[in-house]
Amino acid sequence: MAIAAGLRQTIARAKRNDVLFVALGVAALLFAACTFVALFIDMVGDGAARLNGDFFTQFASRRAERAGILAAWVGSFVVMLVTALFAVPLGVSAGIYLEEYAPRNRMTALIEININNLAGVPSIVYGLLALGLFVHTFGLGASVLTAGLTLALLILPVVIVATREAIRSVPGAIREAAYALGATRWQMVQHHVLPYSLPGILTGVIIGLSRAIGETAPIVTIGAVSFIAFLPPSPVSSSFPFLNFDWLASPFTAMPIQIFNWTSRPEEAFQANASAAALVLVAMTLLMNALAIWLRYRLRRNLNW
Amino acid sequence: MNDEPRKPDLATLAMKAQARELNFFYGAKQALKSITLPIYDKHVTALIGPSGCGKSTFLRCFNRMHDLYPGTRYEGEIRLQPDDVNLLSREVDPIEVRMRLAMVFQKPNPFPKSIFENVAYGLRIRGEKRRTVLMDRVEKALKDAALWNEVKDRMDELATTLSGGQQQRLCIARALACDPELLLFDEPTSALDPIATASIEELIHELRQKVTILIVTHNMQQAARVSDFTAYMYLGDLIEFGWTDDVFFRPQKKQTEDYITGRFG
Repeated sequence: MAIAAGLRQTIARAKRNDVLFVALGVAALLFAACTFVALFIDMVGDGAARLNGDFFTQFASRRAERAGILAAWVGSFVVMLVTALFAVPLGVSAGIYLEEYAPRNRMTALIEININNLAGVPSIVYGLLALGLFVHTFGLGASVLTAGLTLALLILPVVIVATREAIRSVPGAIREAAYALGATRWQMVQHHVLPYSLPGILTGVIIGLSRAIGETAPIVTIGAVSFIAFLPPSPVSSSFPFLNFDWLASPFTAMPIQIFNWTSRPEEAFQANASAAALVLVAMTLLMNALAIWLRYRLRRNLNW
Repeated sequence: MNDEPRKPDLATLAMKAQARELNFFYGAKQALKSITLPIYDKHVTALIGPSGCGKSTFLRCFNRMHDLYPGTRYEGEIRLQPDDVNLLSREVDPIEVRMRLAMVFQKPNPFPKSIFENVAYGLRIRGEKRRTVLMDRVEKALKDAALWNEVKDRMDELATTLSGGQQQRLCIARALACDPELLLFDEPTSALDPIATASIEELIHELRQKVTILIVTHNMQQAARVSDFTAYMYLGDLIEFGWTDDVFFRPQKKQTEDYITGRFG
């Protein structure tokens, strides 16, 4: 049967649109990728010369060539530790509760909407909340603990949403299999849902932390210092009781604050420092994201549904 | 079955369970209407009927699976022998019910754990910790499910690496490991190829020596092949129940005959 000329034209037009969309898509992708690559190359050009061992082991200094990011990266590290310590148990439990236990009613619907909205609240608002609540009301000061709690609040919605998504991806048939054998709800969650959704939860946690590590506004708001020449006290000590929690109350600085501080200096040399520190921060974020991808890939291999 | 010489008198058979005046509701919608049905001990009872007739809903009443979902309601009784307990009673803990009955589902649903852990799971949640006991029971269950020879050298491998038919036999072994009093099958071969289906049917036929079986199937030939008794359901009603060969060759109701002969359904 011959194909009518009109139909051929219609097909040709449809195919043209196909090509057009691909072109648009590639252009959009290139725009995003090129912007990042350009920024990255610029940073490497400005900062690469400053990236040596000393840069990581020196405190900030008035003289640009002697300044390093020791206090900043240690500060970021301990703050992230506190953030994870609070956000993970809280967020994961909340996610499990909402997904597995909470009755489906107006109250939980309201809570769900609020959690999703919280993920979109500007980070400065969390900073203001923390300044009022943690710094003033609780008297925790501009400490590692305050910063960790603040960033934990900030990423809590991310962790909750990621946990729920991960839990929801466990098929109902697996739950029924466990129940049919006589498992209680908690046994079902503990033995099945949690282990099987761990890859998704971990990914969500790391994505949340990689967002938190770059946050500047909330920790500036709570009053993190930008010039600091000592580290928080070590959490382990050689004498009884071997653990101490003084580091939680210690003042601190963090990577984004250090960068912000250096960029606001007039001297050219500090700009190079800022670029080098920014490079380190980007590398930290990329590393965390890579870790998330790797974990998801590794742990997911066993779960092919 | 066709070749069975003489059928014993029903009154002489022991009953494992009996549904009495069972109504079931999803919200306001009534899915089962006053079902009364005996389940005879150490026999296979098949539930047949067109899609949506309530046969799976009926099956899932036995182990209280409906309790997991909001808005469901039972009326009437399912009495389990020998202790004559009403499985549907509010005072009876559904966990206890599920510890006595086991279920095999439509699609094989092994846990993404090792073959060993899949079969051992029911025993573990019953508090069994002794490794040797677990190993013995797992081996026995796998032998009963005709899977032992295929998996005995790969007990630590993931259950999800098995073929579909093997996975379903693993699920049967998982159910058998806890010595259930009544084994529920919900269309156990609908996701399997003909060869895997044949092996599952053979298995069901053998298992009835040891355990009472209630099986839902959409496949009438399957019901004819594996069951001693057949119940035909339509739109939530039990239309006919009897010996399988009676239901298939001498149906009492016109409706049953139409369905069996393929005129409808």
